[in-house]
Amino acid sequence: MSDSIQTTTAQVDLSTQYLGLDLKNPLVCSSSPLMENIDNIRQMEDAGASAVILHSLFEEQITLESHDLDHHLFHGTESHAEAMSYFPEMSGFGLGPERYLTHITAAKKAVDIPVIASLNCVSSGSWLEWATFAEEAGADALELNTYFLSTDAAVPGGRVEDMYATLIADVKQRVSIPVAMKLSPFFSSIPNVCQRLSDAGADGLVLFNRFYQPDFDLERLEVTPALTLSDPSTLLMRLHWVAIVYGHVSADLAVTGGVHDETGVLKSMMAGAKVAMMTSALLRHGVDHLTEVETRLRQWMVDHDYESIEMMQGSMSHRSVAEPAAFERANYMKVLRAGALTWGR
Amino acid sequence: MTHRATIDGNEAAARIAYLASEVVAIYPITPASPMGELADQWSAQGQKNLWGTVPDVIEMQSEGGAAGAVHGALQAGALTTTFTASQGLLLMLPNMYKIAGELTPGVIHIAARSLATHALSIFCDHSDIMSARGTGYAILMGNSVQEAHDMALVAHAATLRARVPFMNVFDGFRTSHEVSAIETLGAADVRALLDDKLVREHRSRALTPDQPIIRGTAQNPDVFFQAREAINPYYNATPGVVETVMDAFFAQTGRRYRLFDYVGAPDAERVVVVMGSAAGAAEEAVVRLCAEGDKVGLVKVRLYRPFSPAHLLAVLPKTVRTIGVLDRTKEPGAPGEPLYLDVMAAVSAAYSQGKTEFGCGLPRVVGGRFGLSSKEFTPAMVKGVFDELANAAPRHDFTVGIVDDVTGLSLPWDPSWSTEADETVRALFYGLGADGTVGANKNTIKIIGGDTDLFAQGYFVYDSKKSGAMTVSHLRFGPQRIEATYLIDRANFVACHQFQFTERIDVLGRAMKGATFLLNSPWSKDEVWAKLPERMQRQIRDLELKFYVIDAAKLAGEVGMGRRINTIMQTCFFALSGVLPRDVAIDRIRGAIEKTYGKRGKSVVRKNLAAVDSALDHLVQVDVPADEPLTGATISARVSHSAPEFVRTVTAPIMDTHGDSLPVSVMPVDGTFPVGTTRFEKRNVGHEIPVWDEDICVQCGKCVLACPHQTIRAKVFDTSLLAKAPEHFKTAKPRWKPLADQAYSLQVAPEDCTGCGLCVEVCPVKNKREVRLKAINMAPQAPLRDTERDNWSFFESLPETDRSLLNFGKVKDNQLLQPLFEFSGACSGCGETPYLGLVSQLFGDRMLIANATGCSSIYGGNLPTTPWTTNADGRGPTWSNSLFEDNAEFGLGMRVAVDKQQGYARELVAELSGLIGTDLSDALLGAEQSTEAEITAQRERVMQMRGVLATSVAKGSSNRVTDLLAVADQLVDKSVWIVGGDGWAYDIGFGGLDHVMASGKNVNILVLDTEVYSNTGGQMSKATPRAAVAKFAAGGKPTAKKDLGLLATSYGNVYVARIAMGANDKQTIAAMREAESYPGTSLIIAYSHCIAHGYDMRHGMAQQELAVKCGHWPLFRYDPRRTDKGLNPMKLDSKAPSIPVEKYAYNETRYTVLARAQPEHAKRLMAAAQQDVDARWQDYERLAKAK
Repeated sequence: MSDSIQTTTAQVDLSTQYLGLDLKNPLVCSSSPLMENIDNIRQMEDAGASAVILHSLFEEQITLESHDLDHHLFHGTESHAEAMSYFPEMSGFGLGPERYLTHITAAKKAVDIPVIASLNCVSSGSWLEWATFAEEAGADALELNTYFLSTDAAVPGGRVEDMYATLIADVKQRVSIPVAMKLSPFFSSIPNVCQRLSDAGADGLVLFNRFYQPDFDLERLEVTPALTLSDPSTLLMRLHWVAIVYGHVSADLAVTGGVHDETGVLKSMMAGAKVAMMTSALLRHGVDHLTEVETRLRQWMVDHDYESIEMMQGSMSHRSVAEPAAFERANYMKVLRAGALTWGR
Repeated sequence: MTHRATIDGNEAAARIAYLASEVVAIYPITPASPMGELADQWSAQGQKNLWGTVPDVIEMQSEGGAAGAVHGALQAGALTTTFTASQGLLLMLPNMYKIAGELTPGVIHIAARSLATHALSIFCDHSDIMSARGTGYAILMGNSVQEAHDMALVAHAATLRARVPFMNVFDGFRTSHEVSAIETLGAADVRALLDDKLVREHRSRALTPDQPIIRGTAQNPDVFFQAREAINPYYNATPGVVETVMDAFFAQTGRRYRLFDYVGAPDAERVVVVMGSAAGAAEEAVVRLCAEGDKVGLVKVRLYRPFSPAHLLAVLPKTVRTIGVLDRTKEPGAPGEPLYLDVMAAVSAAYSQGKTEFGCGLPRVVGGRFGLSSKEFTPAMVKGVFDELANAAPRHDFTVGIVDDVTGLSLPWDPSWSTEADETVRALFYGLGADGTVGANKNTIKIIGGDTDLFAQGYFVYDSKKSGAMTVSHLRFGPQRIEATYLIDRANFVACHQFQFTERIDVLGRAMKGATFLLNSPWSKDEVWAKLPERMQRQIRDLELKFYVIDAAKLAGEVGMGRRINTIMQTCFFALSGVLPRDVAIDRIRGAIEKTYGKRGKSVVRKNLAAVDSALDHLVQVDVPADEPLTGATISARVSHSAPEFVRTVTAPIMDTHGDSLPVSVMPVDGTFPVGTTRFEKRNVGHEIPVWDEDICVQCGKCVLACPHQTIRAKVFDTSLLAKAPEHFKTAKPRWKPLADQAYSLQVAPEDCTGCGLCVEVCPVKNKREVRLKAINMAPQAPLRDTERDNWSFFESLPETDRSLLNFGKVKDNQLLQPLFEFSGACSGCGETPYLGLVSQLFGDRMLIANATGCSSIYGGNLPTTPWTTNADGRGPTWSNSLFEDNAEFGLGMRVAVDKQQGYARELVAELSGLIGTDLSDALLGAEQSTEAEITAQRERVMQMRGVLATSVAKGSSNRVTDLLAVADQLVDKSVWIVGGDGWAYDIGFGGLDHVMASGKNVNILVLDTEVYSNTGGQMSKATPRAAVAKFAAGGKPTAKKDLGLLATSYGNVYVARIAMGANDKQTIAAMREAESYPGTSLIIAYSHCIAHGYDMRHGMAQQELAVKCGHWPLFRYDPRRTDKGLNPMKLDSKAPSIPVEKYAYNETRYTVLARAQPEHAKRLMAAAQQDVDARWQDYERLAKAK
């Protein structure tokens, strides 16, 4: 190691560009309930986050709440001469995106880092005007969290992909801020889907969202919703697909799920991501964990002679591999063989 | 500039009251509640009054409290108002005398309503205001929605000038709830009439320590009289003041009113005098009769008190020969009703003083009654009165509108005589409360009344059930102002929104020839004709109706509207009626949807808009077969021939909406009705009913216990009885060892079940092969109806299980006890009725029930049918409702009476022991009666004694023996239950409740705590928890729920239990049994989930469990008997809170609306609610641990 080129941790360049936004580092706090509190967002900025994705505004939730409220405000009314209704007439019920939009504005006011709004949606219905409202409220970008869980055997996969492509195109038509799309890993051909969405206008692709997995309560014989925090093993699938997609789409790539420490960030960058998003680690260790990750990230880069994040972005992607499919198959065989050796003992 | 609005009479009056007041004291009572609700809503929204400040609105614990607060506020100088009706006005009377005696300006707005006499009635007459005519309040009457609005301002303006307080009166329901397009008064109009100088003068008379005075002294015989007479000049001046104000009002608005308004022929010989909404019908009749050349007229009374004879005489034509005065009240024993007496006195006094100029000298004045309890009053009836007045000796003290075949007082009238204008669209809509018909029709009126030059009117009739309730909407539209104050009798548009009505009701009975008939039909245009009953087929053909169908239920389902077909049917109405051009109408509907549902979210708007499009695409006309024979089914009798005669001849016509035709002779003279009549109604309101899976059922009985309508029953019986069982009747082997050789059956009453699904939710058994299924599952009713009807009929014929074999402390055994409360009209999924069913199972054969007015008195005692019933011996709960405020005292009176008579019977037994036999008399006097077996034994002894005494009577015994026979049944202990809701127990009846608890008398008080005034539509009570939204607490209740249970324990000798069946059914049963056995006062506070909480009531029991788990509703029993054993009387029956309150609360709309609308405020209130729970639990734990 040469003394003359030694870079200090302060000198390493962590900056990156994501969705056209200049970020001071690739550490982005992903969408989670933590974002409902402005104080948390402030803490994230203080701890080193370069951007935040706000909690999601759920299309279905708002629809469900609307219908639920409508049903209960209606139920029993105008049925009996003594009780025409059971609730006072209120000037508003706080339904719709107003509260969320106010939150965007408040977050923007509270921090200097980019604030990305998140819309959790399944269709390009008229509610998409909310995307415009989010832009007007000051969001620096939008993340569309597509959470469509097909349980209908009659719905072919292609239709779901068409729906997403239409969705991104519709939103892009409505807003001038950048738009990313957060995807699930459940597609037959992820690269194809990513390319379609990128071509449809997505400025970024976030791989991958994590579904709420139902669990069974054996005592009550009930299906119970469950959400477990991610762990570092969750990361591997993300790395894999980012590495494959990198270079084949114009959209920026982001990794979310399983990034818990600096190694996760480094691997994400090397696979080809522009940013690495974290939530579970913050929930587990607190928001200050970000500071530690950044410190260790810098140290690792110093120790390994990386001057900038940009240097490593995509460096371990499959872009340079002549026949990616063959590589994948070979890789698969290698793993199988290694496993057989291990388990055979 | 004229402003128009389409509003009801309550809002019309409340708008002015709010503008003209600084303090508003409120308390809910039908039909005046909406005025208070609006005032509270406007205040919560920060709306300002005329002086730019937001009035303070305060809910009180009763109307008596409201009147006291009004009195105080007036004395302290604030412009103050209140709203009330009926019994509420009676509670205000003492203060009204004071307020008037002190010459204090103020206004009470009143939606006039019947006073409870032989029965309660929520509907209209003037018995309430007539009871207040002696208070010294001026009485101003508005006869329509417009006039309720206008007279409100006249009252507020006149009271300041006259210093006499005013009642602004309009008719309950007919005016208070009629929706009508009116010209509204703006702030400038109110400003022009209200003189600030007079306001300042009012303030200057207020109590203030800066210029101290004393008012409200006690006076002695020397001066009281003179002081009372000193007020006279003010009353003498009041008519003139009102006249002046009315003139000013005319100058401001162009609408002319006089103290007495006359319409009709200037040379009329027959004149009718009337006040209230009836004036509308009367005016129509007079106009028509005059047009036909009759010399008739009408005097509309506006200022009834102070009554100004001079003004009356001034409007009466000099040609009048006969005056008929119509009173909407009854004063038994009086020589005439009040208005009659006033008119008579005015005319005869003037005549005796030689001051009249009538051509005939002294006109003949007769009086009659009409319209009690909103009895229809039509122009045809007015003509009947005029016809009577044309007789040489017209009858006095007549009635009109009923058939009195007892005292023969009723006048005949020709129902076919009509004054309805040809150009008026008259539309009738038959719907269900649950399908949104009324809401849509109100919307329609607003569309037409608000956006066009047409006049519009809507009036809505509801049935008395809270589940599956039918509604009939009467809508009129036309180019002329609509004065018709009666129901539509000749409709040119009829819509039937529920196909099942085609058989139940004579839907087309009021259709005109050539009318349009719209039917929501599951059958296509080609199928529907064959599905109609013969009666309807005939009507459609004979009346040449234009017949349209639409499958609105299917379309509503497709667009996500569930069973709400309102938007679809509303669209069809506009498409067919031609009231507006079709495109315009559809545009307006769309606009109205945005306005109505916009606040509830875009998706709600979208589905309604989709419903509009869908309706237009699917509305089709039916080709009515011209000559084919009518093949429809004949409508069968409502009740079977085996029903009791009273049910067949009286109850059944009422059920069939023919109650108006019943004559006086068939009615009980004292309000006494037979029990157990709901079983004959068979309402078939449940779309789904539970189906039993006998293979996996564990026979726990939880479904039976939870069923709000007691439609799931269980019996164990001898297997030999199954020989006659219907083919599909299900049984299982009983899971009771001693009964194992018999058969167990769980059966649903398919035509009485309301389909709430509560039974399925409480079922603990899951089908292991398909976990979505339980041991009881909901299935569509229609395909099951016939089979299950047969099964139910067979089940009913089976003997009840022998009670002596059962352990009443077990939930499982309780299912086999016959409920003596069944099939009530309570809401589907009601949280109150399971408790009443249980009490009736346990103690029904010996219960006397005092029931406070409220939900439980309505579903428990509203005609046509009532749920309290009898067992095979003919015994069962005997039930009565006195009032709202006095129920504890009412029940205490029952206890005292029972005790006194038992005491007297015991004295007589002792005295006549020689005759009775010493052994028997000793046994009668010494009998222990703490168990059911002991009570049964005592009944047998009494029977034995009766036998002995009967022999003695036959031989000619003393009066003492006859006396003993009269009170002998009192030797068997009775169980007195005082039942009511939280509005009664926590608020209006708390004083009495407290006194009864202090008395230590052996009564059992059951508080069905829904935490809100449920019956009147969800107003806040002191039982309402902190953070919950209710009417009168639109911003969430800021204070904690009153802990009635803890208060009661402070007496030390009161048994107190807080129960929640859904959380711990065993504790519920234990508390009921302990309370009943406690030889003193017992108080049970039962958590009752309610429609006013805003969630699917099928989850009611689960929500009760959460209420307990979070500590909002800790379960406990405080039994003073434990003290005798050296134990702590306080026993906690639930564990320390294990979930946060919000986990329970945010399942309910009453909490979530606030969390959505005002999240930060809701968060603060919820944090405080959590603190309430935490602190209370600590207190309870400390009490339970104390030694």
